[in-house]
Amino acid sequence: MSKILLKIDGKEIEAEEGMTLLEAARDGGIEIPALCHHEKLEPYGACRICTVEAEKNGRSKLVVSCVYPVEKGLNVTTRSEKIDRVRKTILELLLSHAPDSEKLLELAAEYGANKDRFEKEPSFCVHCGLCVRYCAEIKGKFAVGFINRGSRREINFLPELAAAECWKCKECFPLCPTSALQAAFVFTEAQFSETPAFETDSGNKY
Amino acid sequence: MPRINSPDELEKVRNEILSQKDANKPCISICAGTGCLACGAAEVIAAFKEEINKQGLEADVDTKGTGCPGFCERGPIVVIYPEEICYLQVKPEDAPEIIAQTIKEKKVLERLLYLDPSTNESATRESDIPFYNNQERLIISNNIKIDSKSIEDYLAIGGYSALAKVLFQMTPEQVLEEVGKTNLRGRGGGGFPAALKWEGSRNAPDPEKYVIVNADEGDPGAFMDRALLEGNPHLILEGLMIGAYTIGAREGYIYVRQEYPLAVENVNIAIRHAEEYGLLGNNILGSGFDFTVEVHQGAGAFVCGESSALMTALEGKTGEPRPKYIRSNIRGLWEKPTVLNNVETWANVPLILNNGADWFNSYGTDRSKGTKIFSLVGKINNTGLVEIPMGMALRDIIYKVGGGIPENKKFKAVQTGGPSGGCLPDSMLDLEVSFDELTAAGSMMGSGGMIVMDEDTCMVDVARYFLDFLTDESCGKCVPCREGVKQMLKILTNITKGRGKEGDLELLEELGEVVKDISLCALGQTAPNPFLSTLKYFREEYEAHIEDKRCPALYCKELISYYIDPEKCQACMACLKKCPSDAIIGGKKTIHIIDQDKCTKCNTCLDVCPPRFKAVSKISGEPVPPPIPEEERTITRGNKEK
Repeated sequence: MSKILLKIDGKEIEAEEGMTLLEAARDGGIEIPALCHHEKLEPYGACRICTVEAEKNGRSKLVVSCVYPVEKGLNVTTRSEKIDRVRKTILELLLSHAPDSEKLLELAAEYGANKDRFEKEPSFCVHCGLCVRYCAEIKGKFAVGFINRGSRREINFLPELAAAECWKCKECFPLCPTSALQAAFVFTEAQFSETPAFETDSGNKY
Repeated sequence: MPRINSPDELEKVRNEILSQKDANKPCISICAGTGCLACGAAEVIAAFKEEINKQGLEADVDTKGTGCPGFCERGPIVVIYPEEICYLQVKPEDAPEIIAQTIKEKKVLERLLYLDPSTNESATRESDIPFYNNQERLIISNNIKIDSKSIEDYLAIGGYSALAKVLFQMTPEQVLEEVGKTNLRGRGGGGFPAALKWEGSRNAPDPEKYVIVNADEGDPGAFMDRALLEGNPHLILEGLMIGAYTIGAREGYIYVRQEYPLAVENVNIAIRHAEEYGLLGNNILGSGFDFTVEVHQGAGAFVCGESSALMTALEGKTGEPRPKYIRSNIRGLWEKPTVLNNVETWANVPLILNNGADWFNSYGTDRSKGTKIFSLVGKINNTGLVEIPMGMALRDIIYKVGGGIPENKKFKAVQTGGPSGGCLPDSMLDLEVSFDELTAAGSMMGSGGMIVMDEDTCMVDVARYFLDFLTDESCGKCVPCREGVKQMLKILTNITKGRGKEGDLELLEELGEVVKDISLCALGQTAPNPFLSTLKYFREEYEAHIEDKRCPALYCKELISYYIDPEKCQACMACLKKCPSDAIIGGKKTIHIIDQDKCTKCNTCLDVCPPRFKAVSKISGEPVPPPIPEEERTITRGNKEK
């Protein structure tokens, strides 16, 4: 693998060929917010919150850092008025679904996003796909997936597979940025089993 | 069918086919495209065959089910050769008379000819009809000359000669150079130069490469790719094979939407026939070039017309786009270099190689060469497919080819580029239609949808309609498209329902910009266009909806009321009887009044009020006048007496 030199926020960064801008930035100690990214998973490019500006030959464009490959001589900016506006709008759109998500609220404070800007539609899930992709790519079980498309899209556990696999795994739970997943899982499990799905620390059975 | 093993044998077969054809033998060509079939073309074909049998003329007259010639407004279309007499809106019961008069007596049936509404003169041949003779029909004109299911017909008009020429007389580099000279740009919407795309794939190191025909035509009201693929499938195959030879691919796919059953059927027949003749498969024409092609049916998602989503779907996954920072001609289907072009782009390729780049470049503008097929629909007299040279003015397309707006209504806007294109007003009618000019005007070429709108169209509602379509068709993967477009739709819907408020337009503009800037694929990136272009050219309509709660086009139901003018009402009972919600009060000799609480705004009263009275009207942005007192509603002896 050959080394690629580029600049991120004015800092010279040496990256491996094939790396994404997000990986290169994080390696260099520069933090870029991301919701659908996970280092163990294939880059997905869905939440768009990791949008940065990349300049080459005097031409600057908005690119999504979790999927954009490093290029020699690229000059990357991770914060600007334009970038902040994009991130703020994305957060406002997502907060209409998950107004209490700690992760989203934290970022909202950073980018000045108003969680009440759009009419609430509390579905909790922000469709980052972390659970779906983790289950498929890491576990190879495909017990949770997307159903439907567009604004009707939802995550859903496949009852037969979930009943057999999810009990002992639950590794996707902590990945969820809005805690929607547990609810969906319990819902599915409750339909299939007389026994409680799991117990909370305080001993409540669900 | 004999296998053809060399270009010489191809010419021999072609000559044999031609020698069996008698140019003077009458042939009745009936459009068997989807549009005409829907108008009863199958019954017309059956009626002709029956009549020919009945009269024992089987040996003297041929019949042929052809591809779509484009004049869908007047289907089923029948063209009689050798005279090329063109009959429109032919019914099965016309068949005996056509056989008796036109075939046997060589007499033209005046009543079935095109009648020019401006001159009142009839046109006998296709080429005499303004709809046709203002076009430049390089590609689509062949549709009516051939039986869509016959490879022999395609060979008879010179089919596969470009392929033979390429395989035996040209290197891939020479093909690239020739196509490159024409700057043939992608007809699917992007307008990317085909030769550049091909060159990228050709130079990619991976030896395994693919070519794809994108026939997932999803724009509402667009059907030019359907007409080509079902009407002249061999032309598309030939173009595809030339592309494959050029980039070094041995496998190709035709991704066609399931909603096009006839196209699927005809292209599958074409593939089978081509294989039988040795024009597909191993060692094509003895050249050593191997190529196979497979038809894949889409499952009805609009987004699968987007190249990366199409490839993902072909791989058997959910049809969602993927980031294209590395272009698909380098890493496409199964991560292999893949050239994907639209049906119409492939259709141009054999023409270019047969006639040369200079010939092709004699059509079009500086940066957009050749012709473009549009489906001209909406409020237009001549609905159908039109092929025009690039650079023709919108005005000429709408008025010369399209025959203008029905009922002498006023033109308001033309929407080009499909659902994510833009609406252009009458001040833009002199715009020359080409890739860059349309984009500069805030619209786009798209794949060739052209929807004409008249004065009764509400532009806010048009934007709402297209955003509704795009919200429905968004795959849901990326946030700006899934959530942003949906929020835009909510705001627009509120505006059309009279719930618009100050700040809505600014919020829409802000959302539009984010959606445009950072959506994953072209569907999202262009989704705000219907709003942005209507705002650019029709801002006053938005303001009227928001500020005055008024719909200037009198279209948005929540913003209009129906009113019967007591001075004009003759108490004829027509509206009273037809009103489905019993909202009209009145009676014989009693002036009618609309009960606004009961009225569902179905427009029936306006439709049925006799034109000589014109008593019903629509009101928007102002209160409905109070009903006149009951004692003043009586009419005596047809004259109103108060």
